[in-house]
Amino acid sequence: MSTQTSLNFRANAAKAIKDAPLRASMRNAADTFGTRRTSAMSAVDFEALREKASNIRMNALDNLPAYLEQFTTQATKAGATVHRAHDAAAANQIITQVLKNHGVKMAAKGKSMVSEETHLNEYLEKEGIEVVETDLGEYIIQLDGETPSHIIVPAIHKNRQQIGKLFADRLGVPYSEDPQVLTKIARKVLREKFLTADAGISGANFAIAESGSLVIVTNEGNGRMVTTVPPLHIAILSIEKILPSLRDLPTFIRLLPRSATGQAISTYVSIITGARKPGDATGAKELHIVLLDNGRSDIITGEFREMLKCIRCGACMNVCPVYRTVGGHSYGWTYPGPMGIVLTTLLTGLKNSHPLADASTLCGACNEVCPVKIPLVDLILKQRVNKVSQGLSPSTISLGMRLFQTAAKSPFLFSLGERLASMFWPIMRMFGGKDIVGRLPHPAKTAFRRRFK
Amino acid sequence: MRVQLFGTCLVDSLYPEVGEAALRIFKKLGVEVSFPPGQTCCGQPAYNAGYHEEAKGAAEHFLSVFTGADPIVTPSGSCAAMVKHGYPELFRNDPKMLAVAKSVAGRVYELSQFLVHVLRVHEKNLTGKGKVTYHSSCHLTRMLGVREEPLLLLKALKGLEFVPLPDAVRCCGFGGMFMAKLPEISIALAEEKADKIISTGADTVTGGDAGCLMNIADGLKRRGRAVKVKHIAQLIAEGL
Repeated sequence: MSTQTSLNFRANAAKAIKDAPLRASMRNAADTFGTRRTSAMSAVDFEALREKASNIRMNALDNLPAYLEQFTTQATKAGATVHRAHDAAAANQIITQVLKNHGVKMAAKGKSMVSEETHLNEYLEKEGIEVVETDLGEYIIQLDGETPSHIIVPAIHKNRQQIGKLFADRLGVPYSEDPQVLTKIARKVLREKFLTADAGISGANFAIAESGSLVIVTNEGNGRMVTTVPPLHIAILSIEKILPSLRDLPTFIRLLPRSATGQAISTYVSIITGARKPGDATGAKELHIVLLDNGRSDIITGEFREMLKCIRCGACMNVCPVYRTVGGHSYGWTYPGPMGIVLTTLLTGLKNSHPLADASTLCGACNEVCPVKIPLVDLILKQRVNKVSQGLSPSTISLGMRLFQTAAKSPFLFSLGERLASMFWPIMRMFGGKDIVGRLPHPAKTAFRRRFK
Repeated sequence: MRVQLFGTCLVDSLYPEVGEAALRIFKKLGVEVSFPPGQTCCGQPAYNAGYHEEAKGAAEHFLSVFTGADPIVTPSGSCAAMVKHGYPELFRNDPKMLAVAKSVAGRVYELSQFLVHVLRVHEKNLTGKGKVTYHSSCHLTRMLGVREEPLLLLKALKGLEFVPLPDAVRCCGFGGMFMAKLPEISIALAEEKADKIISTGADTVTGGDAGCLMNIADGLKRRGRAVKVKHIAQLIAEGL
């Protein structure tokens, strides 16, 4: 069986490693978020909180169909229209149809990784609907025709000089690398968009079953603008974002901003329950909620179900030695880092993405910071087992592993192997590659087992 | 007191001086050491690559070699973690082997763990020299929970100046088969680790896992720095 995929993680990573500005941006950002997270977490009992959060999430997943039904009933009662989308194509079609029904020409969009998963922007543009990303990071990468390289900090890979140049090129403004000046430029452009957009599209961090509410956690306020200023608001979220009750929310409000950006709380926490009602001061006149499945109902029944506890904080990527070295684009799909390895292989199939299973040193830093106790290392290991059992591991490695087992079971062969390696080391070095065998020291002439007295 | 020494394949073939250092420590402390001659590899390379049938072969062999009731001591956090956590996972559907695996897992110690908790070496009169920094290997700290023990030992070496390593807990990029599958990343991480080590001004870097130390030595070589790389067993053997 061929073990080739279109995803060449190693080649992507090797290229990224040579990109000095990228490496510096990644290092600075990951260090900053890592340090802030540690300091913010020291104010709470992290272990107790994450145990609680994990239990809430597990309960939500265990009873997901019932909670989704409850959410749908409650949200509908509050005046929203709830749609269920089996896959990405269905979600994109539903959203397009709603937009077309309202004659929407331009939509302002808040940050949504689920919409990245469905490639919504591309789809809408083909349908002749202009989409403007309004999260500053998302706006930057949209201007540059890129995809997010981090789930919280989409433009993490760019430095301010690159952003300054981008703004000068695309917006015709004078070059500046002052973050405040650049932010003001973006704000001016985006304010205009908020006011003239025919619709707002957003994601959601949580959906509350008991009340039918959406919860959106943001820092820039654009989330509040896109959900309240235009007359029509469409929210797209994946089905596992359910929390049973508003009483569960404080646990996550303590954990999510701390894990993501090291803040005790984000600047904004918006809770949206239904469309604008008579007498309401703000809110969209019409609210549509699209609940995307895209394979999650299958994941929930299998050995990777714990992955769906994820609340998308990005802490696992900030601490990941591999992610911080190669950046998010190396992973080749929507979600990078440790959570991305697991989610990408689940959502796109191991056959298409199995090189990602190797993209971890299994150092365990991700397990340590996960606010919902996802055993990421164990899940990555499980994917490696599946990769082998599905014949996706290269045959040379399979042969090597069979030889390894034979030697490991026979002290005689094992010792013989050691002696041969020592004797023929120069030849092994020559054929083993300078980056692999070339990095090992010369094996001892006399192994420890033969020195023991 | 008697212990069984599990040398590990890396120490056996690449760093026999680490095994000899462990041996010297035990001899000096009057601990009787046996080296079960049938020992090979714990099977971790296969286990972490997803080849669990092959890893089982190695694990069954290990369990058949390390019999008896004596503590099993190994100069590797990673191999100790494999026996302690990997074996019970491999045999979770095989009650008979699982019982054996769990009993062996209960006897396994990483060297610094044993030196501190059982032999209380950190309370003895030890001497050391030079400026030393310490890399805390991932499996040793995160899987075995051995964080303070190596530091207690280093701080007990009088005359040795200990300097903390910035971001000591960050992976060095070894990762077993990772270094062969994604060498570019492994090298980048080793270089980054080397830079942190160089920034401390230490003349020696130490740790509890030969694999990590090997990758770190390569990183330092690439940076052209003559910082000595020694397993913690060597520093203690020299200081006893």
